[in-house]
Amino acid sequence: MFAKTLRRALSSVWGAVLLLSASTAIAGFGDTLNLREGVTATSKTVYGLHMLIFWICVVACAAVFAVLIYSLFAHRKSKGAVPATFHESTTVEVIWTTIPFLVLVGMAVPATKALLALEDTRDADMSILVTGYQWKWKYDYIDGAAEGISFFSNLDAKSNEMRQLGSGANPADHEHYLLDVDNRVVVPINKKIRFLITANDVIHSWWLPDLGWKQDAIPGFVNDGWTELTEPGVYRGKCAELCGKDHGFMPIVLEAMTEDDYNQWIADQKAGAAAAAASATQTWTLDDLVARGESVYNTNCVACHQANGQGIPGVFPAITGSAIATGDIGGHIDIVMNGKAGTAMQAFAGQLNDVDMAAVVTYQRNALGNSVGDMVQPSEIAALR
Amino acid sequence: MSTATTHDDHHHGAPSGIMRWITTTNHKDIGTLYLWFAFINLLIGGAMAMVIRAELFQPGMQVVDPNFFNMMTTMHGLIMIFGAVMPGFVGLANWQIPMMIGAPDMALPRMNNWSFWILPFAAIMLIAPMFTGGAFLDGQGPAFGWTMYAPLSLQYDKLSFFIFAVHMLGFSSIMGAINIIATILNMRAPGMTLMKMPLFVWTWFITAFLLIAVMPVLAGAVTMLLTDKYFGTSFFAAAGGGDPVMFQHVFWFFGHPEVYIMILPAFGVVSQIIPTFARKPLFGYSSMVYATASIAFLSFIVWAHHMFTVGMPVAGELYFMYATVMIAVPTAVKVFNWMATMWRGSMTFETPMLWAIAFVFLFSLGGFTGLMMGIAPADMQYHDTYFIVAHFHYVLVTGAVFSIIAAVYYWLPKWTGHMVNETHGKIHFWWSTISVNVLFFPQHFIGLAGMPRRIPDYSVQFADWNMVSSIGGFAFGLAQVYFLFVLIKTIKGGEKATDQVWEGAEGLEWTIPSPAPYHTFETAPTVK
Repeated sequence: MFAKTLRRALSSVWGAVLLLSASTAIAGFGDTLNLREGVTATSKTVYGLHMLIFWICVVACAAVFAVLIYSLFAHRKSKGAVPATFHESTTVEVIWTTIPFLVLVGMAVPATKALLALEDTRDADMSILVTGYQWKWKYDYIDGAAEGISFFSNLDAKSNEMRQLGSGANPADHEHYLLDVDNRVVVPINKKIRFLITANDVIHSWWLPDLGWKQDAIPGFVNDGWTELTEPGVYRGKCAELCGKDHGFMPIVLEAMTEDDYNQWIADQKAGAAAAAASATQTWTLDDLVARGESVYNTNCVACHQANGQGIPGVFPAITGSAIATGDIGGHIDIVMNGKAGTAMQAFAGQLNDVDMAAVVTYQRNALGNSVGDMVQPSEIAALR
Repeated sequence: MSTATTHDDHHHGAPSGIMRWITTTNHKDIGTLYLWFAFINLLIGGAMAMVIRAELFQPGMQVVDPNFFNMMTTMHGLIMIFGAVMPGFVGLANWQIPMMIGAPDMALPRMNNWSFWILPFAAIMLIAPMFTGGAFLDGQGPAFGWTMYAPLSLQYDKLSFFIFAVHMLGFSSIMGAINIIATILNMRAPGMTLMKMPLFVWTWFITAFLLIAVMPVLAGAVTMLLTDKYFGTSFFAAAGGGDPVMFQHVFWFFGHPEVYIMILPAFGVVSQIIPTFARKPLFGYSSMVYATASIAFLSFIVWAHHMFTVGMPVAGELYFMYATVMIAVPTAVKVFNWMATMWRGSMTFETPMLWAIAFVFLFSLGGFTGLMMGIAPADMQYHDTYFIVAHFHYVLVTGAVFSIIAAVYYWLPKWTGHMVNETHGKIHFWWSTISVNVLFFPQHFIGLAGMPRRIPDYSVQFADWNMVSSIGGFAFGLAQVYFLFVLIKTIKGGEKATDQVWEGAEGLEWTIPSPAPYHTFETAPTVK
């Protein structure tokens, strides 16, 4: 491990030398200096407040530093400065206690207004339930025309491939490296949207900088936040609270659409859901299940059990040759559906539909070095629910 | 009687070899042990920071896997806080407090020995899980952040090991704090009234009360983790009626005072050094004492400003915002007082003074960003980004660590009897100060621009500043290896130090010979 680490470090230094020469082409230093102004009234208020306190701090800092620097040059022994003997002045102490206090009161007023507006989630036009999972997001549309739409949003496959250790991929080849997902959360413009935010396992934090806020997703509790977008567009962010191994790899992508486009999107989602429901009643062949299971596995399982099924020794168990994946299929289905308490193994019953559940179990038993030969049909999964 | 006489014969000669250090009850020996322990941990924690900066040198995963990366950020934080900064300040307290108040030793010398000797074992327990896998350093240590938030930490299967280590660290800190309070209250030389104590002693006195108040809170928090993990309780599990956010409330009730535990003694150090080299008494001594006490008090009632995004009621958020920004007042008073101490002084810029001045400038920067993130609506953006990382490294590295280094340069001639080579000290200073800003200043930019903290890989718009930051990091790391060279060279030899050491130095520790004899003030001096 250590020698390998060292080799990788050396090769990364060499890579960096190459990258440095090309780095100005990737992004300018100047593009990433300040807070983003964002696209909502909230984010603009927060930005304005940020700039206000920033400039207050700059002025205060400049004043203090100017006095210090003057003193450092003027009052030095080498210039023959003779030390004064004063060491106390109640008047001065009172003045420089009062002034910062008044400045703070001045800052607190706009801050209070901004906070009250930011937290006011009343009178929303629609609500979306956001649930954090290790390491993906789930979106449930719980009211309005989109009611019933529900999907997971994972890191996009290309980023996922590129971000593996030692992949050798150049992140600059991906326009939205680590900031793209398979399914975007879609909202209409000009509507006040309330996000209800929670989590399934550990604490996550849902953050789109362009909306101007983040809110922690806490298992067992529901937080909320709101936004109202005025322009169609795609906004990108990341999980902001350490949530385990792949914390850095669960981006958030939100797309704002016009009312018409949004209604079309709803229709497409509902048609897709109907097709999926139909396929769950069919009888699948082993090969079809294994083929589908591979993509389910790559989206949901690789983070811990790894692409080759070997897991990470001591941290995440292997699938290849494991007693569960090669033993009784009932036990295998049970652990995938219900998880294992006290570990990172989640209950996938609520995350995978019947087809995907049947496919991934079948895949694990007949691939990754396993060849048990048995399979489970989506209808059998449905019966277990 | 004869045994008493024999005992007396041995009294003035310390045991030699390793047994001297294991059995010692001498405050100077124990201070030295603490300081070396802190320095070793600085290098270990620093090496982990190097791994972090190597992985973040460019986008993409090149050096370590994400779990290992998380382990590095976790262990870096824990080791730097509990292994480097806190023991560093306790080491300074051990050496200096008895000499500064005219006491022969600490009030509880045997407990002093124990407080130290718990530490290496606690540190080993903390680090050991990293080596428990089949391969060397295969990433089985804690990887849930130094804040150990439930329920993430509850997923860790070697949690009991970790919690035991935290308890041991807590015992050590509490015993150290009791000892300091007992020493200051009981062992002052005649005439050394409380309001005549050097400010370093005052700040440590207040810090020790903070330690006694909050280390048990941390112990409570981790014990609840322990029972949640192994005994079926549900303090932090919603399914059993608990609340994950309660962990954060309890943790930060410890954690925020903890921050001041690491900075109040730094204020004390700087308040000793600046008057010495400005050749002018500290301005506003009593307001400094009151400001320190005010900060300590406020530290108990602002904890949830670490939690503005957890979904507290708005009234709670407003309260914690107002209380938090109030800390700026006593902190500003301190900076103004240092400024006024330098004003119309007669300054010279020996190495300790350089570090102290850098502290005033750079700690102020960290203080200003702290004020910014106290503004709750803005913190909705800042929270959990590199802006926070930049902030707390400005106050902890260029604040706490710089002050410890300043203190070492300031008192090293008293400890060793040798002056530090000024050229070496200045090389170390400029090298560190420039590189530390290259390291941490760009982190303000990438944080504001939207890079979350604790991620092993990032999207490409953050590439440039991360590379700059990493280069600064490697340079800063190397500078501390140079510090080791300076230390060893000074211990081995150098220009003979006078008793007073520095022209403008005042206080009891400068009245005794350099190096300080093994036992000092066996007869109490009288303070006028």
